[in-house]
Amino acid sequence: MKLLWTLALKELRDGLRNRWIAAAIILLGTLALALSLLGAAPTGSVRVSNIDITVVSLASLSVYLIPLIALMLAFDALVGEFERGTMMLLLTYPVSRWQVIMGKFLGHVLILFIAIFAGYGGAFLLMIMFTGSSIEGWQAYAMMMFSSLILGAVFIALGYLVSVLVKERATAAGTAIGLWLVFVVLYDLLLFGALLLDKEQMIGQQLFSALMLISPTDSYRIFNLSMFEGVSQAAGLAGIASEADISGALLMSVMLLWVIMPLVATLLLFQRREL
Amino acid sequence: MPEVNTVSNVISLQVVNKQYGNETVLRDINLTIQAGECIVLVGHNGAGKTSLMKLMLGLTRPTSGAIEILGKNPAFSAAVAQRMALGYLPESVMFYEAMTGHEILTFYAQLKGSSEVECKKLLALVGLGNAAREKIGTYSKGMRQRLGLAQAMLGSPQLLFLDEPTTGLDPVLRQHFYELIDGLQQEGATSIISSHALNEVEARASRFVIMKAGAIVACGTLDELYQQAALPVRLQLSVTPGEASGVAERLGADVNIDKVNNQSIKLSCLKEEKMPLIRHISSFGEVVHDMQIMPPRLEEIYSHFMNGGSL
Repeated sequence: MKLLWTLALKELRDGLRNRWIAAAIILLGTLALALSLLGAAPTGSVRVSNIDITVVSLASLSVYLIPLIALMLAFDALVGEFERGTMMLLLTYPVSRWQVIMGKFLGHVLILFIAIFAGYGGAFLLMIMFTGSSIEGWQAYAMMMFSSLILGAVFIALGYLVSVLVKERATAAGTAIGLWLVFVVLYDLLLFGALLLDKEQMIGQQLFSALMLISPTDSYRIFNLSMFEGVSQAAGLAGIASEADISGALLMSVMLLWVIMPLVATLLLFQRREL
Repeated sequence: MPEVNTVSNVISLQVVNKQYGNETVLRDINLTIQAGECIVLVGHNGAGKTSLMKLMLGLTRPTSGAIEILGKNPAFSAAVAQRMALGYLPESVMFYEAMTGHEILTFYAQLKGSSEVECKKLLALVGLGNAAREKIGTYSKGMRQRLGLAQAMLGSPQLLFLDEPTTGLDPVLRQHFYELIDGLQQEGATSIISSHALNEVEARASRFVIMKAGAIVACGTLDELYQQAALPVRLQLSVTPGEASGVAERLGADVNIDKVNNQSIKLSCLKEEKMPLIRHISSFGEVVHDMQIMPPRLEEIYSHFMNGGSL
C-alpha cells in the first residue's frame, strides 16, 4: 500500500508541476460558472431551480470534456515510459507490475478528483455566494461531480489500454482521440441513426435501453439527467429511466465495469510485456 | 577451514536461449556466478550483453532454459521482493526529466525502503550534492550517469548490474566510480559489469565473459583465457649495440624473431616455451642488458576470440 502511494504521489506531483491540474481546474471551473450564470436566465415558468439546470448543462458538457481530459492524462502513461526508457529502471525495483498500473491509476484519479471537485465544486460555491440562490438540489450536483469522476476513471483505464497496446506515443495519442470519438460521438450517432432507419420498429424499448446502457457515456448521461426529479424535469427527460426500469445502482455498476475491464486487460498485457 | 558447500551461486543460467521473432539474441548461455565475484561482460555492440542483463533482471523471459537469481526465477512475481537486493544501472540511463536529482532519488529510495539520509549521502558521494535541487533536464551526460550510479547503490545491493557504466565519465570520475564499486565489493557485493573499456576493467574483474553474436565464446580469469587463446608472450631484449644480429643467430632457428635492430630484438614464444627460452637467453651473458616480458593484454585476448580463434 505504501508503494502504491509512492507511485501515485509521483503522478500527482507531475500533474501539479506541469500545471496540468491548474489548467483543468480553471477550465472546468470557468465552464461550470458560465453555465450556471447562463442557466439562471431562462428558467421561465417551468419553475425548476438554477442548480438543476446547471446540472443538466454541466452533465451534457462533461460527457464530452471529462473523457477528453482523462484520455489526455492517460494515453502517455505507459507508452511514454516505455519510449523514454524509464519503465525499465522502475521495473528493476521491488514493485510488481500491477502496483505500477494501480499506482498510476490512483494518482491519475486523484488528479481528476482535484480538478473536478475544485473546478465544479468551486464554481458551485461561487454560484451560491453570488446569486444568492438556495442550495436546494445540491445532492444532484454532488452526484454529478462524483459520477464525472467515475466517467473520468473509465477513460483513464481506457487510455492505459491504448497506452499498453501501441508502440509509439504518437500512435497512442491518435488512438486515444479515435476512442474519444467512438465513445462520445459516433456510438450515439449510430444508435440514433439506426433508430431512425428502423421503420419496422425492430429495435424495441428493451434493446434500445440495453444499447444505451452498455455505453459508459450514455450511462453517465442517464444517471445525471434522470436520477433526480428536478433535474429530469429540467432536462425534459422525466421518466426515461424509470420507464425503462433502470436504477442508479445499475448505471453506476455499468460504469464501474468499464473501469475494471480495461484495467484488467491492461494489467494482463503489461504482465506479458517484455522490456 | 572453509567449507566447500558454503560457496553459493547467486546467479545461474542453464542453456538459456532468447529469441525475438526469428532473431536469436542469446544462444545456449550457461553461466554460474558466485557471491562476491566481479564479472565483466565484453563483446561488440549487439553481442547480447544487455539482453543477458535484462534476462537476469527479469525484464524479459528466456525463450528456453532456466535462470535463477538468488535462488529464484527473476521473471516470476515471487522474485519482486528480492529486487530489494538488486542495483541496476542501465546503458544510457533515463530519468523523469522534470524531477530534480533529489526528488528522483527520494522516489527510488521510497520504493526500495531506503532512508532520506542515505539519499543525501549518496548524492554527496557521487558529487551531485550541489546539483540535487536542479531538474534532471538540465543535467549533463556525466551527471546523469552519476545519478544513475547513486540509484543503483541505494540500499547497498548484494547484486549490481552495471551496463557500460563509465561511458560519458571523465577519467577522474571513472577512477572515483570504480572506487565506489570497490567499496560495495568489499562489503561482499557481486557485480556484473558490461564494458568496452577493456583496459579499465582488466585489473578488477574476477572473471571475464566474452560474448559474440549472442553466445559466450570464452569465460574465465584473465590467466585462463590467456591459456585458452594460446597467444604468444612477447619478449624484448636490449643488447650491446651492434651485437643484435649475433644474438639473434645464437637464439637458434626454432625461436620466432619478430624484429631485429641494432641494439634490440623482439621475439615471441608460447607460454610453455617461455621459461626454457629465458634460461637460454640468460646463458648468453652480459651481451644481453635487459629483457622485457609482455604477456598478452585483455585486448589481444579479446580480439583473438572475436576473430574466431585464429590470429
